[in-house]
Amino acid sequence: MMRRHYALPGWGALALLRRNFLVWRKLLLPSLLGNFVDPLLYLLALGYGLGHFVGRMEGMSYITFIASGIVASSAMNTATFEGLYSAYTRMAVQNTYLAILATPLQIGDIVLGELLWCAIKGAISAVAIILVASLFGAIDWRWLPLALPVILLTGFSFGAIALAFTALSRSYDFFMYYFTLAVTPMFLFCGVFYPLKTLPLLAQKIALVLPLTHAVLLLRPLLTGQLPSNVWLHLGVLLAYALVAYLLAAYLLRRRLLR
Amino acid sequence: MLHNPAVPSPRLEVAGLAKSYGQRVVLRDLSFSVGVGECYALLGPNGAGKSTTIRCIQGLTAPDAGGVYLDGRPLADWPAGGHARMGVVAQQDQLDPDFTVEENLWTYGRYFRLPAALIRQRSRELLAFMALEEFAQRPIQSLSGGMRRRLSVARALIHQPQLLLLDEPTTGLDPQARHLLWQRLRALQREGVTLLLTTHYLDEAERLADRVGILQHGSILAEDAPVAMIQKHIPGEVLELRRRDGALPDAENWHQGRVAAAERSGDTLFLFDPQPERVRAHFAADPDYQLLQRPATLEDVFLRLTGRELREGEE
Repeated sequence: MMRRHYALPGWGALALLRRNFLVWRKLLLPSLLGNFVDPLLYLLALGYGLGHFVGRMEGMSYITFIASGIVASSAMNTATFEGLYSAYTRMAVQNTYLAILATPLQIGDIVLGELLWCAIKGAISAVAIILVASLFGAIDWRWLPLALPVILLTGFSFGAIALAFTALSRSYDFFMYYFTLAVTPMFLFCGVFYPLKTLPLLAQKIALVLPLTHAVLLLRPLLTGQLPSNVWLHLGVLLAYALVAYLLAAYLLRRRLLR
Repeated sequence: MLHNPAVPSPRLEVAGLAKSYGQRVVLRDLSFSVGVGECYALLGPNGAGKSTTIRCIQGLTAPDAGGVYLDGRPLADWPAGGHARMGVVAQQDQLDPDFTVEENLWTYGRYFRLPAALIRQRSRELLAFMALEEFAQRPIQSLSGGMRRRLSVARALIHQPQLLLLDEPTTGLDPQARHLLWQRLRALQREGVTLLLTTHYLDEAERLADRVGILQHGSILAEDAPVAMIQKHIPGEVLELRRRDGALPDAENWHQGRVAAAERSGDTLFLFDPQPERVRAHFAADPDYQLLQRPATLEDVFLRLTGRELREGEE
């Protein structure tokens, strides 16, 4: 019997995914409500409020411009939150992972199961925004089937980075650093609210290393009826983040749980 | 000095396990076997290495040396580390608080890839067996400590394992809850399940275990059936002497040469002898003394072998 490498997942990932889904279903209403109300507030406040003064941006109304940005950043936020707080609760508070490791499931199953769930939760919040923004006429549905896999990949990548960070964390307090130093800067400087080219050159270069930038550069065209350019570059960066962070999360989780 | 009765074709064999964390040695050359259908108790003070032993058997901790064998095959050779044949009841509560009692069993059954019909049947049987039937739809938070522990055992049995590992299964439970759990564990043993439990409750080991291994500093100090171990290490009855004023009892050591063995611990003098009546009469005449005469228990063996000082180690 060949032993599989600890980071390799198997069917067990789906069992964990199912577990997370069943828990989410119990809190369906408040959870969905948050998914809809949050973006509605953003779109109203920024799209209408600020948009009134901004006028048009890159040839589209401001609410159309930020709607796609908020879809990307919401997938990031939701997946990150799931990979940090929820995963930490399962790992360190409820000992869910230890209980799972007493079954045939292994580290790779846990990591993939969690990240698939991060991707799906990110997509749920993104779809909620797409629905709300569509009411304002801010979304073009033409390329939506192409946008969905990008949204899932975005959630997967950010979930993986978050899970790696979680495996290192000693308490919930550490997550504040992550939000302040990583999530908030990306939210503000990766092209969600204004085009990258308005930034100084150095800031543009830094932004191009960050994953959210590439999610926005793919999703903005796709959600406004155009096909993006440099598709492989953007997909490549997101995939690289996903793969490296996946392996890192598996390594760190193994080091933490199997000692 | 290790008395190790040969276990023919053991269900579980732990051979020469060693584990250190930096300078701290947790297990040193730890070996023992558990026969098919046997209940073996690992008894040890805090920090003796009980939980690390369980973690090694589970494959959660990789030992520096030695190995664990399940039915004669190394754990690493079993698919998924032998987890399909092994159930684990951990020391800390690992139930899923987001689910009800029944949902906990279902979720766990799915991790083992059991078919839905089998999970349904096993859940019904296990909830009845653990006296949890009426609570099937209850959330975990509403359960008492004893009920949670019984559910933990039920969950560990969902896939009908041949070996059940229990790490301090009754720590923190009230007497009724402990007795109920013990009854169930004995019933499991009668059904042929092999049990390995760790405990620092001596009465628990005496009541449940066919054999007891006393663990100290990461290796087995003594191993035998509970009664045999008591007879071997404690000659006869125990007489505890204390002075009402808290002073040292029998400071002049009058007892020396009059009993088979004696030991001091704090304000108490423990005297061991098959016939302590004469010594008892001597001290009973003194109104300053409080006496307690009782049969020897595993606790006396344990304390004689591991020392009476308090251990504040963590495990």
